Amino acid sequence: MLAPRPLGGRIITPTFVIASTLALIAAAIVLYRLVFGLAAVTNLSDGYPWGIWIVADVMIGSAFGCAGYAVAILVYLFNRGEYHPLIRPALLASLFGYGLAGLAVIVDLGRWWQFYAMFVPWYMNPSSVMLETALCIAVYAMIICLEFAPAVLERFGLNRLNARLKRVMFAIVALGLLLPTMHQSSLGTILVILGHKLSPLWQTEWLPLLYLLSALLMGLGIVVFEAMISASGFRRPFEVEILGKLAGVTVVLLAAFLVVRIGDLAARGAFSLAFRPDVRSLMFWIELSLMSAPLVILGPPANRRRPQTLFLGAFVLLLGGIVYRVNSYLVGLTPATGNWHYFPTLAEIMVTLGLFSLEVVLFLLFVKLLPILPARHKAEEAGRT
Amino acid sequence: MPDDHGTIAGAEAGVAELGDLDGYRRSLGGMRRRDFLRFCTGVAATLGLSPGLGVRIANAAVAAARPTVIWLSGQACTGCTETLLRTQHPSLESLILDQISLDYSETLMAGAGHQAENWKAAALKQNWGKYLLVTDGAIPTKDGGIYCKIGGKTILESVTEAAKGAAAVVAVGSCASWGGVPSSSPNPTGAVATNKIITDRPVVNIPGCPPNPYNFLATVLHFVTFGKLPELDDKGRPKFAFGRLIHENCERRPHFDAGRFAIEFGDYGHRQGYCLYKLGCKGPETYANCPAIGFNDVGQGNWPIGTGHPCVGCTEEGVGFSKGIHELATLQSVAPPLGYPGVVEDKGQGVTPVAAATLAGIAGAVVGAGAVMTSRLGHHPPHPPGPPQTPSPPPAE
Amino acid sequence: MSVSRRDFLRKAVEGGAAAAAAVASGGVPEAEAAGLQRPPRTLPPDAVGLLYDGTLCIGCKACVKACKDANGMPPDIHADQRGWNQGTWDSPQDLSAKTLNIIKLYTDGTMAVKDRETDGYAFSKRQCQHCTDPSCISACPVSAMTKDPSTGIVSHHPDRCIGCRYCVLSCPFGVPKFDFEDPFGRIHKCQLCNHRLAENKLPGCVDVCPTGATLFGRTADLEREAERRLTLKPGDRAVFPRGGLGGTPGGARPSHEKVVAAEYQQHIYGKSELGGTQCLMLSGVPFDKLNLPTNVPDYGYPTLTEGIQGAVYQSMVTPVVVLGGLLAIAHRNVKGSD
Repeated sequence: MLAPRPLGGRIITPTFVIASTLALIAAAIVLYRLVFGLAAVTNLSDGYPWGIWIVADVMIGSAFGCAGYAVAILVYLFNRGEYHPLIRPALLASLFGYGLAGLAVIVDLGRWWQFYAMFVPWYMNPSSVMLETALCIAVYAMIICLEFAPAVLERFGLNRLNARLKRVMFAIVALGLLLPTMHQSSLGTILVILGHKLSPLWQTEWLPLLYLLSALLMGLGIVVFEAMISASGFRRPFEVEILGKLAGVTVVLLAAFLVVRIGDLAARGAFSLAFRPDVRSLMFWIELSLMSAPLVILGPPANRRRPQTLFLGAFVLLLGGIVYRVNSYLVGLTPATGNWHYFPTLAEIMVTLGLFSLEVVLFLLFVKLLPILPARHKAEEAGRT
Repeated sequence: MPDDHGTIAGAEAGVAELGDLDGYRRSLGGMRRRDFLRFCTGVAATLGLSPGLGVRIANAAVAAARPTVIWLSGQACTGCTETLLRTQHPSLESLILDQISLDYSETLMAGAGHQAENWKAAALKQNWGKYLLVTDGAIPTKDGGIYCKIGGKTILESVTEAAKGAAAVVAVGSCASWGGVPSSSPNPTGAVATNKIITDRPVVNIPGCPPNPYNFLATVLHFVTFGKLPELDDKGRPKFAFGRLIHENCERRPHFDAGRFAIEFGDYGHRQGYCLYKLGCKGPETYANCPAIGFNDVGQGNWPIGTGHPCVGCTEEGVGFSKGIHELATLQSVAPPLGYPGVVEDKGQGVTPVAAATLAGIAGAVVGAGAVMTSRLGHHPPHPPGPPQTPSPPPAE
Repeated sequence: MSVSRRDFLRKAVEGGAAAAAAVASGGVPEAEAAGLQRPPRTLPPDAVGLLYDGTLCIGCKACVKACKDANGMPPDIHADQRGWNQGTWDSPQDLSAKTLNIIKLYTDGTMAVKDRETDGYAFSKRQCQHCTDPSCISACPVSAMTKDPSTGIVSHHPDRCIGCRYCVLSCPFGVPKFDFEDPFGRIHKCQLCNHRLAENKLPGCVDVCPTGATLFGRTADLEREAERRLTLKPGDRAVFPRGGLGGTPGGARPSHEKVVAAEYQQHIYGKSELGGTQCLMLSGVPFDKLNLPTNVPDYGYPTLTEGIQGAVYQSMVTPVVVLGGLLAIAHRNVKGSD
């Protein structure tokens, strides 16, 4: 088996500096928001109470964070050991995706100092989709930490603790499979209560399934994407063989997603709305194009073995997933009473940008300092066997 | 007596025409020149004219030939006449007697019986086409109008006959203006307003029960001065007096706006002078200048609402004596737009150039980076199919 | 007026059929939509509410002022007036964190006649509808929104609210509002003046209404009163009560007699919409013109979300069973892979 190793190398690189700067700017804006309130930095309103901090950082960030979930399904549920080298980088993506989504939630909460109420049993509202989602995400964040813990323990030679952890790892892994299934579908269920306020192009009782499938797709997409980027950036070999197989799984899931999505639209007769000359229709077609394109790109098996098409397919898939989430949370929403407008402020955009930059900074730090990426010489050895 | 030229602003130019009025004290109804000019200026103000025109009114009032006025009373309570007698500055009766020639008035004239009727006939004949006809009280039409007769003639006949030679017709009071109390349901006498009888010329209506005497006086003097009637609204009422709703000038309006209403007579709100709308005040649907000029010249607030009683809408046909006194008014002045938020309002901050540019920049950078990455990866050959093999050779470090 | 539950379900099931294969492979325990809906909630026994009759409203805004006084709300200055209006003139545009009750105006063309759809105008009052099956309560993760089991009044409890604003997003009527301008802001919404009801006083808006356009009472009584008004024709004389129906709370108010001026829309808004609301509305112009959601199902949206959640997480049986399976598989595979 390929044992992962710390990458080593210089920490301070141009990418690291730029990303850190953006993250610091975001931190300053967040501080300003905590002192002067949400209205001081955001365009949030009673019509659009959730802006890009929720949609981009939480909905999209946590979907990116499904990398660990998606690979874990393949490795542990379907016992496909060949994907195992991908699991640590994928878990790292999950860790940041969820960790920073949690951070974004705290910043976005209007009464963040009462966040603990979420965990007070007698305050909990069992019928709330939001509660289920929040608790799931909170527990899952801890699970990811535990799943990821061996990397840290190995690095610092805490082998006895590591061995003890490995004995219960199966339970952690099982929870790590269950929880995202629950909350990623619930991110879709959250929208069902909007009823008529969400355009029929997106509003459906199949939202939970669509959100689960798209989260899996984005998780797989981010694994491929991130593997290609790190291979290119760190000048490492492309794990095309294994990524190609992953892409094959992606194609099947994507086909399922499109069948549900289009079938549901057709069954409800909502397609007529897609031909109106408005922004909503435009965004719908952009979304559908981006979600369908990877099927064409990754469909032919030859393309799944070519780094270029593999990357392009994953990249377009991620864009499609992003647009789907933005559409269903913002573009498709018609707030009650009145003609509401929302477009993120510069500060909002900078915070989101800073948060994603922070992910880059942390990813760079972690892969250089901790055993995450498969060691190269071992990979070569494995190749020869 | 010292000359008081300067007391009335803008009056200087016209004063010379009046000459030494103090020599004609009797012709001014006992007023001194100064008082007379002040009165005429007051009339001008009631009409909404500039003070300078007060002098023209004064000139007109003292012109040699006093215009003849024929005053016919129908189904009236004499309140309209009484209200004229109650004006205090000046003592109006002297002006009526001296400035206009009140040749016939059932209430005020000294003569009676055939003497009075003959005098009326003579006056009509003498001033045919020039005199002013004033009517008060409604005119019964049922059964040939037999329910109101003077000197053996129905008032219907009298008014019809007198109207033929009148230069102008003024209907004073609600009864003459739109029927008033006598015309209220079930209206057993078929009482109608003057303008239902005289249809061939405009009838000026000065409604009110009683009407404000200054509205009548101002209208008459406007006619005397300019030789024409003041501007009238669609119900024949002078706009200077009936152009605005009572509700608009009411001193209790702030209470209405603040939602403070008297609910019962004598309750806390009523004692505090709150809005009387809930007690049935018809101010919101009644056009009159009552809150602006008040009654009886005793100071501010002397009018029905000022004394704590809801307006009954006496100047408004279909409101006064038709609606219940405590029935709620139908608001006329809320006709939009008057500061109400629409059912759909634009809210929230839309796109700004900076934010749009930033987002577009980020999106462009992401797509651009993806494209660059894709094209760079194009240099790598496709991976051969088959079992796991050595990945691409590592580039030089 | 509304999509029947049956139609909605039929469509949902049709959609479900198309995607049935995908579901089977996706492994999500998602049954047919029909089975997913939880039963709608029913009106609490002593549910109270308001009846707003737009044809009686004179637009005096006394209720807006009284609401501010009763709830200690600050003036709400329209954005366009911030330059000169220093709080002397309250000019709310909509319900907001500073305005819990507002009179809105529908206008068309020349705006000549009240309660006429074309070339007319009409007033409309907005406050919390106090839904029978409220979305905000279903949405709130920390039970900061509660519905009184007896009166059915929906109240907010800021002491536990985390400010997630899901209630703001989920409310079909756009009622709960968050104070974004305050760094320590909170949700504000009409609570039917339950602090005044506790003192045997009428809600502020009802207390001052001069025409009885806003009535307080048990929802069942209000509905009967509304039914009575729907039988009235323009020109009829009718007596309209003021204050609380039946004289409670705070004693009877004088009613008034009035000639019916406008033709009522033959519908009581809130009787069936989205599972019904405790506050009802009558109008002379179609309700959709007043920007109220009309093409909506006759059940509350929480029946769907809670149905989906309930089907999946009923007593946590499904997750536990799934977890058991996952544990077994993972136990084998984790061993095998490491």
